[in-house]
Amino acid sequence: MTGALSRITAIGLNAFTGLVRQKVFYFLLIFALVVIGNSAFLAKFSFQEEFQMLKDVALGAMAVFLCLLAILTTANLLPRDLEDRTIFTILSKPVPRHEYLLGKLLGVVILLALSTLVMGLLFITVLFLREQAALVETRATFTGSPHDLALALDAVRRGVFSWDLVAAMVLLLLKSILLASLTLLVSTFATSGIFAILVSSSAYFIGHLQATAREYWMSGIGIHWWTRVFTALVALLFPDLQAFNLSDDIVAGTAVPLGLFFQTLALGVVYTTVYYAVACFLFQNREL
Amino acid sequence: MSGPSFLSRGLLAVLCLFASGAILLPWQKELQSAANRAGFHSVSLGIDLREQIGQSGFLAALSGFRSPVAAYLWIEAHAAWEKTEWGRMAALFNTVTTLQPHSLLYWDIAAWHMAWNASASALEDKRQPSDVLRERTRRQYIEMGRDFLERGIRNNGESALLHERLGILLRDKLDDHAGAAAEFAKAARLPGAPSYLKRFVAYETSKVPGREKEAYLLLRDLYEQGGMMRTPSVLSRLHEMESKLGIPQPERIPAVAPSHSSLP
Repeated sequence: MTGALSRITAIGLNAFTGLVRQKVFYFLLIFALVVIGNSAFLAKFSFQEEFQMLKDVALGAMAVFLCLLAILTTANLLPRDLEDRTIFTILSKPVPRHEYLLGKLLGVVILLALSTLVMGLLFITVLFLREQAALVETRATFTGSPHDLALALDAVRRGVFSWDLVAAMVLLLLKSILLASLTLLVSTFATSGIFAILVSSSAYFIGHLQATAREYWMSGIGIHWWTRVFTALVALLFPDLQAFNLSDDIVAGTAVPLGLFFQTLALGVVYTTVYYAVACFLFQNREL
Repeated sequence: MSGPSFLSRGLLAVLCLFASGAILLPWQKELQSAANRAGFHSVSLGIDLREQIGQSGFLAALSGFRSPVAAYLWIEAHAAWEKTEWGRMAALFNTVTTLQPHSLLYWDIAAWHMAWNASASALEDKRQPSDVLRERTRRQYIEMGRDFLERGIRNNGESALLHERLGILLRDKLDDHAGAAAEFAKAARLPGAPSYLKRFVAYETSKVPGREKEAYLLLRDLYEQGGMMRTPSVLSRLHEMESKLGIPQPERIPAVAPSHSSLP
């Protein structure tokens, strides 16, 4: 057990180092520019508008970067190892294939988690600095009673940061891990990295329509049998990615109940495990 | 290759995915219901929205980027405001509020732009020579602002802010004091409502013919609370109501200086 764990960790860290050497972290620079530049541009709006849009843009950018990172990095892991023959060196040692795949997935997960952490910290720092400016401005310009001033300051604080934003970021991370696992599954039978990227990207878009297809299929009213078969295929084969999109409403001020958060988290973990298990099943007997 | 061929393994894998999809189906449905109950995923992205935001915007909204799309359109609306393109602004506000119906800010500012800025601009529109038509357009923009607030309230019933804003619009733009008093009263009952809303209810009620007694009781109640509630407006209106209702001298409030002179 300890041996397996150390092998998986070694492969994972190696995969992570390989990804870092590909300079994938440069995208963080773009994220910083988006958030800080956006914050400077939005200064001409009222501070409520500014906060709303800062959160919209920052969480949107995080979602884009994490999903791109998950698909693009995972899709190239196996083809690259096959191309430079590293895979043969690893698998010729007593390393089971499922451990190899888990190690590779672990490398991507570390990359995604670190990226989320850096982007999240940057986003919250910018938000905090803008909040301080808004509080100073409110104190200086407010003319009402101390009670109403306290209410106004509280409204500013509530409009800026809430723990639900952290929940939104965790779910974005989970969605990207799920996509990484799905891409790993595709890359076990893909003939090239491009193929894996195309299939996973399509799955990403279809996954966002899965809930709609599921509802349509299960309502079953007034639809042709072939439409029903098609919607059933989509509903059963693809993950419900819309379930992880809570950030749109969190930005608007909707609070996430803990039960919903943990259930969504659990669903993500189950999807990731299923895709990893199927990937192992397919990779087990694949001729390399 | 030992065991089943890669092709039959592929088929088995697809079957596994179908089976897990079937097992997860009830959970997904339950999770969606729980999310809906908590106020998530309540936006339905229909064909009309696709016509409003175009194919790429619609695709982005479907792909989980509903709120960034709304933010982008909001910036476009701001640019339209700088060019005083009121019609375009109204269309963009409609789309933004459809995409983000739980964002109070969008409803509030959209209503403000329409009822205040667009309506004032319509009255000074040099391209329209007819006073009657200018006034009609002004009124239409005010109604548009009111419509934004009413739809915002329907989507976010527990919002003191939107009820307050609707009260202000009814008071300042439509001279509907009874309606304004009702909206301020609804706002004052909601959590997080500022204390001045109770005074606003009394002020507006005092302007409604036939409701002087009710206004007097509300103002008297505020007066009895003392402290911050004894604003100059409360005192002057209370004196006014006492005179109108012919309240006996011993029951009237004394003419003393208010404790807080800068409060609304």
